Amino acid sequence: MKNKLKVLRAERDMTQADLADSLAVSRQTINAIEKGKFDPSLPLAFKMSKLFELAIEEIFDNSEKE
Amino acid sequence: MKSKNKNEQIKKVTKNLALWTLLWLISLAMATFGPKFLWEQNTNWSILAIAINTAFGAGMIWANIKHISVLDELQKKIQLDAMGIALGVGIVGGLSYSVMDIANVISSDAEIGFLVMLISVSYMIALLVGKKRYA
Repeated sequence: MKNKLKVLRAERDMTQADLADSLAVSRQTINAIEKGKFDPSLPLAFKMSKLFELAIEEIFDNSEKE
Repeated sequence: MKSKNKNEQIKKVTKNLALWTLLWLISLAMATFGPKFLWEQNTNWSILAIAINTAFGAGMIWANIKHISVLDELQKKIQLDAMGIALGVGIVGGLSYSVMDIANVISSDAEIGFLVMLISVSYMIALLVGKKRYA
């Protein structure tokens, strides 16, 4: 699934490790999500939504699967 | 920070798992070689050694469950995939090996050690492939 995680992280001057710290996951998980290799669970997506103060649909784009 | 606590938690449960695994391995070696080299086939000592080995085995299973419970969702998925592959390879490979023994295709008797080794190796390979896939 495509997402804007890398852009949102860069806008806030955060490293992958910083974001991983904030979400209590590993840096590998953040990297895999950014590259679209792994889709996060709904609870993790909600955590991201809360952290970036954006709706989940504004972070993730599921259009290619529809 | 949350994740630093999480990393510390993972380190702690990993060390705990390594300790229980080491204890289990040592007790297994004792139970296996003890009757011949340490207590000259004394059944009571053998029963005690087997009971200790089983108890350490239960501890190792508990430590493994604790270890998996603190991993994040991707790490859990990698573990689950690796365990699924190891289980499949173990069942298919183990039964083929057993049938080879029954059909006298192999000259020696089928040993349980072979199955343990097959499961361990396939689990480790699947774990490495999983980690590389999501790197």
